[in-house]
Amino acid sequence: MKQFKSFVIKEFCQIFRDKRTLLILLAMPLILVFLLGYAIKTEINDARIAVFDPSKDVETQRIKERFQASEYFTLAGELVEAGQINDVFKYGDIDMVLVFSGNFAEELLHGGEAAVQLIADATDPNQAAMLTGYASGVLADCQAELLEQYGVPFQIGTEIRMLYNPQSESAYNFVPGVMGLVLMLICAMMTSVAIVREKETGTMEVLLASPMKPVHIILSKMAPYFTLSVANIVTILLLAVFVMGVPVRGSLFWLAVASVLFIFVALALGLLISTLVSKQMAALLISGIGLMMPTLVFSGLIFPIESMPDALRWISNLIPARWYISAVRKIMIEGVGVQCYLEELGIIALMALVLMAAAWKNFKVRLA
Amino acid sequence: MKSVVSVQGICKSYGKVQALKELGFSVAPGELYGIIGPDGAGKTTLFRILTTLLLADAGRAEVLGLDVVKDYRAIRNRIGYMPGKFSLYQDLTVEENLHFFATVFNTTIEANYYLVEDIYKQLEPFKKRRAGKLSGGMKQKLALSCALIHKPEVLFLDEPTTGVDPVSRKEFWGMLLKLKQQGISIIVSTPYMDEATLCDRIALMQGGAFLQVDTPQAIVDRYPCTLWSVRSGQMHRLLGDLKACVGVESSFSFGTAFHVTLGNQTSPDELRAHLVALGHNAVEVEPIQPTVEDCFMLLSKNH
Amino acid sequence: MENKVIYTEQLTKCFGDFVAVDHISFEVGRGEIFGFLGANGAGKTTAMRMLCGLSRPTSGKGRVAGFDITSQAEKVKRHIGYMSQKFSLYEDLKVGENLRLFGGIYGMGRKELALKSEEMLRGLGFWEERDTLVKALPLGWKQKLAFSVSIFHEPDVVFLDEPTGGVDPVTRRQFWELIYRAADRGITVFVTTHYMDEAEYCDRVSMMVDGKIEALDTPQNLRARFRAASMDEVFRQLARKATRDDN
Repeated sequence: MKQFKSFVIKEFCQIFRDKRTLLILLAMPLILVFLLGYAIKTEINDARIAVFDPSKDVETQRIKERFQASEYFTLAGELVEAGQINDVFKYGDIDMVLVFSGNFAEELLHGGEAAVQLIADATDPNQAAMLTGYASGVLADCQAELLEQYGVPFQIGTEIRMLYNPQSESAYNFVPGVMGLVLMLICAMMTSVAIVREKETGTMEVLLASPMKPVHIILSKMAPYFTLSVANIVTILLLAVFVMGVPVRGSLFWLAVASVLFIFVALALGLLISTLVSKQMAALLISGIGLMMPTLVFSGLIFPIESMPDALRWISNLIPARWYISAVRKIMIEGVGVQCYLEELGIIALMALVLMAAAWKNFKVRLA
Repeated sequence: MKSVVSVQGICKSYGKVQALKELGFSVAPGELYGIIGPDGAGKTTLFRILTTLLLADAGRAEVLGLDVVKDYRAIRNRIGYMPGKFSLYQDLTVEENLHFFATVFNTTIEANYYLVEDIYKQLEPFKKRRAGKLSGGMKQKLALSCALIHKPEVLFLDEPTTGVDPVSRKEFWGMLLKLKQQGISIIVSTPYMDEATLCDRIALMQGGAFLQVDTPQAIVDRYPCTLWSVRSGQMHRLLGDLKACVGVESSFSFGTAFHVTLGNQTSPDELRAHLVALGHNAVEVEPIQPTVEDCFMLLSKNH
Repeated sequence: MENKVIYTEQLTKCFGDFVAVDHISFEVGRGEIFGFLGANGAGKTTAMRMLCGLSRPTSGKGRVAGFDITSQAEKVKRHIGYMSQKFSLYEDLKVGENLRLFGGIYGMGRKELALKSEEMLRGLGFWEERDTLVKALPLGWKQKLAFSVSIFHEPDVVFLDEPTGGVDPVTRRQFWELIYRAADRGITVFVTTHYMDEAEYCDRVSMMVDGKIEALDTPQNLRARFRAASMDEVFRQLARKATRDDN
């Protein structure tokens, strides 16, 4: 036990003395949260909208003028045909498209009801929700004006369509992604590098030739990174909740369970890598490309998992982070009950067991 | 216990390269045993097998009467090992390194301080300094202290003096001789032939095999012919002239002179006359005691 | 052509308030074998780096191969060769490929390269090994080959940093024969070593202690001055004066 304690202290000493690495470890999660958090727009000013108006009558004109007058919107152009909608989103720097039905005024004045479709780019779901919200407000104003003018409660129906992110995933989805990424980085990458460094400098040789049990060597290597990652998860959560206003809707207990299970997976991966290579550079490359990249890709930070091709989505099932991120989303953002993410928890637990066993089996009590 | 280390028929290959070829030897308790050979002779492989870090392909090895394969745990409790590279934590201080290795071996600095006192005293002024900031000689002393702190019964030192300047090397060997007096058996490897004479027994090693094992004196005594030290006023030219001389069997530069062996038909006087005829002046040809290095070169040629 | 291939005047390098190299002044002539000795941490490596144009002196002057080491570092690099125990050749390239690479770095023509490679490899007795991976060669061979490569482009001076460490005694002597041959061709050899018998093979030897050159003379004169039988003794007498513990 004394050996173990002394080893852990030594490990902490080394981590705290490497100021640059320590800074990365502690500051990176914070920077990620802030960067991604502030990238979410919470205000709308002069959003550029395009209009597809096949009807071109007095009423659509009125609505268009209303939009033009609003401080939130700028009319950036009229579309000639419906097929242009996708293009203006892609190339036209347009945030939303307003689509009127074919005989708008007639339907409205004679049928009492006409429809406007609001199409928004939901790659930033938060902004899209706000845009359509404000647009609905403008339309409601028009409706009130009509009532005043005609004395009849005409209805302008609004239909909202979110492009590119139909489920309109929450803007706060990045938080689980960052958590997955940070845990991978600290547990897997740092653990593997720390163990391989001892191989490289030759200290592993001395440790192996000492009475210290290999299991102690491994555990004491893992303990500091375990602690560090728990500290990081806590800071990310605190930041997310108190600074960014991200809700934690579900159970904190299960969030902790999921995180600890995932930490074990990451530690086992780190250990496994360290048993396979003998150079720090190789450990860094393998954990960087083999673990960090897929985590980043499947974290939803770059693009939503739902819009991935089938093959990629199938591969994503093998990536531990994908399950962790999914579980955390369900717990934090969707706030659903434990029965909804039991599958994820089970898979992470299973992966942890298998990887631990593999790493354990691979760890040699000798050099080669 | 008859011997501290006993090895029979150890073989080890890396792919096609045979690193150790059926090696066998034994080290007596309290002995300072030197394994002398250049890089690539197989010294490190041998050390790793003896310190239970590597498995041999064939053969048996026992350390302190324990089998290196079966009883590796027990062996690890009782040996000290200093690998070729100075294996210290560069980012820990001198004191922290020593303390760490003491706890790894289930002991304290205080318990065996008397053993490392002589060595560690010299490091004391720098005990708060990071090991990475120490000089070669200092690192070597710290590494030795760390390998000694648990009072091992046998000490394995793999090339402890490589890359260290002659003064620090001399000092280091002084420490080893003191440790030997404390009853610790020491097995040390080195590529520096001049260090061989300080060992009780030496094994000259090359190409994964021992060329000869004996006391340094016995090895030198066994040198089969007379060795001549040759000098002249034209040292620069001398080597070429010696090599071209038919009666000269071998000639190697040795500091200020050439060490030369002559064929049966040639006498030193004939050699002197030959050199004078070639225009050398102040020619000296004197018989000398061979060194271990001379023996090594002769043996490696015949091998 | 200048006859002083290396010339320094009060050359100094400080790291913070630590004076690694302390006002050293010396010169080395063309074709001379110059032994640069000193204990670990005496400042040899730092001095050598400055002479190779890899490190800027804090103060003082230095010229190598006729170029100023501060203002003309790039030209210095083109006229010197360098070889150390640690870095010598690319292990995963074949012997011939290494030659082509280093020849290419120094801008040798194709024909010249082919001609010189063959001459060199045959001279070393390595012609048969031209298609062998360097890592498959014994250390001694590697070092001999690395030395030949370092003077492949006929530099004015070649810097050798512990070139024979760990090499077997026979090859070590063959290595020195190569050094003599290079010196006979007019290449200045600047060499550090921990083998004191090798110090005897140098034309002149300097001894560095605590960043300063404490002695500089022929081995013969040094032995006489310190009343020592060997360079080993000279070294010990001088190094004992050292007060600083190291880097």
